[in-house]
Amino acid sequence: MEFEILGNKDTRSGFGEGLAELGRTNPDVVALCADLTGSLKMDAFQKENPDRFFQAGIAEANMIGLAAGMTIGGKIPYTGTFANFSTGRVYDQIRQSVAYSQKNVKICASHAGLTLGEDGATHQILEDIGMMRMLPNMTVIVPADFNQTKQATIAIAEHNGPVYLRFGRPVMPIFVKPDAKFVIGKADILTEGTDVTIIACGHLVWKSIEALAILKEKGISAELINMHTIKPLDVPAILTSASKTGCVVTAEEHMMNGGLGEAVSQVLSRELPCPQEYVAVNDSFGESGTPMELMTKYGIDTQDVVNAALKAIARKG
Amino acid sequence: MENSALEKVASQVRRDIVRMVSAVNSGHPGGSLGCADFLSFLYFEQMNFNAESFQMDGLGEDLFFLSNGHISPVWYSVLARAGYFPVAELGTFRKLSSRLQGHPSTDKKLPGIRMASGSLGQGLSVAAGAAQVKKLNSDKSIVYTLHGDGELQEGQIWEAAMYAAANKVDNLIATIDYNGRQIDGDVEDVMSLGNLAQKWQAFGWEVLEMDGHHFDDIRLNMTKAKAMCGKGKPVVIIMKTEMGQGVDYMMGSHKWHGVAPNAEQLTAALAQLEESLGDY
Repeated sequence: MEFEILGNKDTRSGFGEGLAELGRTNPDVVALCADLTGSLKMDAFQKENPDRFFQAGIAEANMIGLAAGMTIGGKIPYTGTFANFSTGRVYDQIRQSVAYSQKNVKICASHAGLTLGEDGATHQILEDIGMMRMLPNMTVIVPADFNQTKQATIAIAEHNGPVYLRFGRPVMPIFVKPDAKFVIGKADILTEGTDVTIIACGHLVWKSIEALAILKEKGISAELINMHTIKPLDVPAILTSASKTGCVVTAEEHMMNGGLGEAVSQVLSRELPCPQEYVAVNDSFGESGTPMELMTKYGIDTQDVVNAALKAIARKG
Repeated sequence: MENSALEKVASQVRRDIVRMVSAVNSGHPGGSLGCADFLSFLYFEQMNFNAESFQMDGLGEDLFFLSNGHISPVWYSVLARAGYFPVAELGTFRKLSSRLQGHPSTDKKLPGIRMASGSLGQGLSVAAGAAQVKKLNSDKSIVYTLHGDGELQEGQIWEAAMYAAANKVDNLIATIDYNGRQIDGDVEDVMSLGNLAQKWQAFGWEVLEMDGHHFDDIRLNMTKAKAMCGKGKPVVIIMKTEMGQGVDYMMGSHKWHGVAPNAEQLTAALAQLEESLGDY
């Protein structure tokens, strides 16, 4: 399968466009932001719907509580701030007022992971997927590119329940078709292959696409799955593919602990034990640097996906 | 409602509270007893609501959020007595599979509860959000909350206080259960709140002070608070109460914040509280 690059944009802009479209089509959608309207690309929604936009200031705990309260009366609140301040800073507020209380809040988190770049480790959260997928009632979505982030932003309005939507800052290639349908919990099989299954989310989907070409030169046929929904996980997609290829690589811009890889290994260990290699950050904070420098240094780059695939295949025995 | 009728409700609510916590040897009687008069007034005179067919969205209804969720016994009793669910269900409090969880929750679908609480400091934010949506929905109803005084040590309360004033959330009436006690002792000793009325004023709220154990004073101030709504400012009522009010051996101390009376102590408590509406 050839991957046509349809353009280059940041996933946060996909969120901004999706939210703006929701503002025009769904009168129940309201948005809240904690002093990062420009960074989250929420300006268009704010401009077009001033009565449905709520500036919470630098007070994220209050913002989550406000959003939970706004569901009472039928609104669908979208909160926007950096992933760090969307999760770790407000974990207890999400736990009690959103997840346990089953409120229809969409927690939209930008600047996730290392690719936030130069701001450094204080802002580069690598634990958020783990925290959110541990919460009962929570749906966790990590779209792969600009188009998919826009599609996911729109799709989650139709899902009644708490959602964590994670996206980022760097400009990356767009490869998901603009008219693709986003289905929560239904993975995208990007290529079919027979030697190894690569399961990736977020920016690592593009890195894995790059890895496919290198693997192909080595005569390796890889099956690539874009696992945009971490919870609920598309278990049949994992098992169907792994039963064919016999080994798995997971790739994510997140800590190895608690992320996509761990979710996949839970499935494999019970249903289909087979070699699995992890492309993820290994129990470490990040640091300042350009996004691409950081991906290389912390082992979540194209070559890391290639190496992991070779290792997984070798372990099949 | 006549004060005598409200007193009957509150007395029965107090009996319910001590029986509920004693039956499971756990729960929080002190603050519950202290808020029995206020919550009885709120549900039997002040608020407009539909107990028979509970709707989560509460369109056209006044809403109440209990931010200090540990005083769930008083809320459960008042909700049951107001008709939200059968009073017999009070006997399931804190028991396995009960809808009456230790702290209020929505996941067991107990009518009357719209938000889980227990982890302190979150209710004012929730109430401010719900109040703003009432405005979006052109719903003239009012959103009420109750908070502990110790709970005001949580920073999120002040985030919400700043937000509600800055955004003119003027359909919101928050009440502080100002009993001066918290788990570790007197609030003054654990961490003084300083001049509480001035703090709220400085945050941009209308501030009222009332005696939480006299229905005339409660009525006077709740009526005032309602009249203040719609004028650009949220309203807070600092309500002086006594932890353990109505049971002599529980009053004047923080010791009964989270301790249940044993069988003998229960008998002594019930002897002081008239069975006015029939025990569950």
